[in-house]
Formats: sequence, C-alpha cells, structure tokens
Amino acid sequence: MIALGLEGSANKLGIGIISHPSPTAEPHVLANLRHTYNSPPGTGFLPKDTALHHRAYFVRLVKRALYQAHLTPADVDVICYTRGPGMGACLTSVAIAARTLAALWDKPMVGVNHCVGHIEMGRAITGAQNPVVLYVSGGNTQVIAYAKHRYRIFGEALDIAVGNCIDRVARALRIPNDPAPGYNVEMMARKAVKRRGKEGELVELPYAVKGMDCSFSGILSAVEALVGQLATGEDDERKDRLKFSDGVLVTPDDICHSLQETIYAMLVEITERAMAHVGATEVLVVGGVGCNERLQEMMGMMAVDRGGTVFATDERFCIDNGIMIAHAGLVAYETGVQVSIEESDCTQRFRTDEVHIGWRDKDG
Amino acid sequence: MSTIHIPPSPFNPSDLTLITQGAEALVYKTTFLTPSTPTALKIRPPKTYRHASLDARLTRARILAEARVLVRCAREGVRVPAVLGADWEKGWLALEWIAGRTVRHALDGWLKAHGDDVGSSEGLEVKGLMGRMGKAIAQLHGVGVVHGDLTTSNVMVESEEGLEGDVVVIDFGLAVMSVQEEDRAVDLYVLERAFVSTHPQAEGLFGEVLRVYADGYKGAKGVVKKLDEVRQRGRKKSMLG
Repeated sequence: MIALGLEGSANKLGIGIISHPSPTAEPHVLANLRHTYNSPPGTGFLPKDTALHHRAYFVRLVKRALYQAHLTPADVDVICYTRGPGMGACLTSVAIAARTLAALWDKPMVGVNHCVGHIEMGRAITGAQNPVVLYVSGGNTQVIAYAKHRYRIFGEALDIAVGNCIDRVARALRIPNDPAPGYNVEMMARKAVKRRGKEGELVELPYAVKGMDCSFSGILSAVEALVGQLATGEDDERKDRLKFSDGVLVTPDDICHSLQETIYAMLVEITERAMAHVGATEVLVVGGVGCNERLQEMMGMMAVDRGGTVFATDERFCIDNGIMIAHAGLVAYETGVQVSIEESDCTQRFRTDEVHIGWRDKDG
Repeated sequence: MSTIHIPPSPFNPSDLTLITQGAEALVYKTTFLTPSTPTALKIRPPKTYRHASLDARLTRARILAEARVLVRCAREGVRVPAVLGADWEKGWLALEWIAGRTVRHALDGWLKAHGDDVGSSEGLEVKGLMGRMGKAIAQLHGVGVVHGDLTTSNVMVESEEGLEGDVVVIDFGLAVMSVQEEDRAVDLYVLERAFVSTHPQAEGLFGEVLRVYADGYKGAKGVVKKLDEVRQRGRKKSMLG
C-alpha cells in the first residue's frame, strides 16, 4: 500500500510518499521533500507568513514528489495529513490542501498526530523495538514510553519547549535562522570549545529539573539578561563586560556552549530517569533538536553507562517531514483507521497520549 | 544528629552490594560506623555526559540538599532514613538501611495476584497502603519538605510480603524546602503521573492517596485543589470550548 503524507505544523512543509509492500516487509521511502520557511535574524516565523509559504509551495512539492516516486495519483491508496499539534494557520492550510486532494482523487484520509509520526518513523528507521523516546523540537519536549496501546508521557517541559528556548536565545544573540537557528548555535558552541580548549568553559545558567519534567524559560531569561554584557568586538574594554574567572571575555559562542551543555544535560537526565523507572535499555531521540550531534553524543554516553543503546536519525527524518506522517498514517490505516472529509479536522492542541496505538501489541 | 562521623573512605569494596542503579546514583548495601550497622550508601558517580563544572555543581548541591532535608525531617519527627555521613566532593551519602520493598514492587505483586479489582475485600488492603502513602507525603509537606521525585519506586513499605507495614519515603535527591502550594501540588502531580504510567490498571488508586493526604495537615486541602490547576497546565492539553 502507498500513502502520501502531508506535514506543515510549523515552518516546514513536508511531502512524503511511503510504500508498505507487505505488513512484515520494511517500509520503502519513495519521496521525501521539504521546503522550509526562514524568517530574518532576530525574528521568529509568524503563523500568517508561514501558512502563506505552505500554500505557495504545496502544489509544486506534491507534483515533484509524485514525479520522483514515478507514481500517478491513481497509485496512492491513502492521504495522510497532520491533525496536530502545531500552529493553527499552518495546520489549516495543509488540512484544506489534503481535503482537496482527497476529493479530487477520491481517496480516504487519515489524520495523524505529529508526535506519533515522529515516534513511528524513528522506530521504523532505527529498528528500535520498545525504546524510551525523547521527543525534542521547537514546539515539543516529551519523554515518552509505550504501555498498553498508548504512548505515555512521563516527563515534559512545563513551560516553553527546548527548541523554542534555543531559537529564542539565537534570536536574542542575532544568530541567523538559516539553515536553522539550532544548527548555528551548535556550530558556535563548537567554536567556543575550540577557543577555550578541553571541554570549554561554562557561564552558570539555571538548571531546572522537577522529577521527569523540566523548565526552560528561566534559562532564556538568564541569557536575555546577559546579552548586553557580551563581547562584541567593539567597546570590549568596558567595565560591564562579562568575563570568566581568568579574565577572558565571554563571547556569544560561550553562551551557545553553556546553553547546549545545560539544556542537554537536563534532557539526558530526565531521559535517564525515565529509563531507570521503566527499566528500559533503549532510547530513541526524535524531533528537530534530536539531530544535534552534541545531544546525541551525551545521550550515547549515558546509554553506555547504563548498558543500553541510543537510536537517532539524521536530519531527513528528525526534522519535520512528510514521510513520517505518511508512515504513521499508513500503519493506522492498515488497522482500519480513516476519516471522512467532514471529520478531517485539525487542532493546535493534540497530546501524544490521546492516540490509541492499535498497531502495537499490548506490551510493546 | 549532633555529629557527623568521619567515614572510612573509600568504603571496603568487598562489603558493597549493589541494590539499584537509579538515574542519579548507585545505591549499595554496606555497613558503616560499626560492622553491624546496615547502611544504604548512595554514590553519585560523575556523569561523563555532563560538563565537569556543571557535574560538580549539581553533585555538591544535591548531596547537601538531600542531607539537609533528611536531617530536617528527622528533627521534626518524620520517619525517613537517618543521615550517617556524607562527602560532597567525592559524591557519597551514607544513610540508615530501610528493610522492606518498594511500593511499586508490593503493588505490582498485589495487582498480579488480585487483578485490578480494588473494590473487593482484598481491595481494602491496597487502599490502606495508598492511605498510608498519602499520610506520609502529607507529613513531609507538613514540615516544609517537597520531595521533587515522588514515584512508587521511591516509597518503601517495611514488610517482606503483603501490603502491611510502615511506609517510608526515600530518595530525597531532588527534595527542596518549600511551603508553597504550587511546589506541593507539583509534587503530587509528579506522583500521579508516575502512578498512571507505571500502574495504568490501577489509576483509580491515586484518589485514595489524595483523600488521606487532604486531611494530613493544615493547608493540604488547598494543595489538592491546586493540583487540579497544575493538571490543566501540561502543554498541549486539549481545550474544549
């Protein structure tokens, strides 16, 4: 069976086509296209502009995906779209496009939970059986474990998502949004390590873990308060410039490094706690922040210490994409799930644990 | 707890039995001070994944905080493991040994044997345990301590089988001193979530914990009310209307 997946919950428009040759065979990716809306440095992407971007690129991306997969609309069995969570205007634009295709081509539809899409794609690509999942992106921070047909949320961010924290620190430091703010922060952090030697030096930032939950807004506020005191290359003789204990000036690179070390330590800690709690040895990292190599490295060190394994995917599957929506939609469709056009709604708030996971065994 | 004794460091490796590897710490059973004093030795090994300066900062802060909270509870007459010794640079804390099982074990054993029929006559037993848990948490909150990581794995029941026996809260690694309604409610929320995710068939039992908790100390009812607010607050909760 072949599914077309349509994703546009945030600033990426993703169109994917997947084939499940048989229930037991490996899924086969036929096309996985993405177009990203980037706003200028110092700004974030606004719902209205982002939705406009999705509407502008939707048709040409679907056409190109079909062309790449050597398919015609007649070959598609089901149309899968992101039902939520995400930004309202963006979700609506893609949902309307999905309904249009379903009506034009006379195809059934499946509405997919975006988070479940990430998890199912991560499992399919890495082969992780029953992992604890860390789902980290611009809008979501969750530690998830599977039990009895639900992805249960063990821990989550209590305020802003980790990716949102990184993006907004990047905005405060005027770091470009292209190709992605998080990627640029990662590169600057590496420079800081190189400059200071060894493992670099940290500026002390708040560390807020409550059980398996965590909080990032305090870190953002702390960084925003420091921005005016950082070395800029001009006026660095000024008394108010922030310095390390050895008198060396603190640069935006050092802030990026401190930010990464602090927030990833928090994420690894809550993941480790969830693993200890459910007795799991596998951990799967998904979501846009999951392609950060420092996070993957830290998670790997934790997993090795526990005698476990870490699974991660690269940017094709970590960052929002259409293929994960196609895949998760198709596994649901194969168990009989589908929606009519009249029922094909979307919603900004849609929790991972609301979805009945009918395609997995009771115990994983 | 007038004096903290200088420990024989390092501990004798032949006298260490690993009990559990938590997320944070390794807990060993050993003896301390005298060969006949059973002791839980909690070692926080350096986390290799963490930046060394952050690791040292967190280890120090957490060992000191844990010891302070435990001493405070003991002084106020709340049953917790007594502090026998600590070294925050080397990262260990020696505590009184609590004999028994975790509530998680006891509850899983019970659910296996009886199914989830908590309404039956045997159900009284499990409700009793939930009630004692509620009371123990209320006592903690009543003396100004918030645990920070309440799960059914962090509460012991002092018995070898069955559900009878005193309930002792352990692992104060994330505990803080606070009398804020907010902090107390989040404490309960963490427990509720751990409860639902570890014992999904026994979701209803948490109500019994709350029922007894609400009568535990002055202000407990307000905290239970606040819990409703905290529950609403999780991200991406569906909102009707």
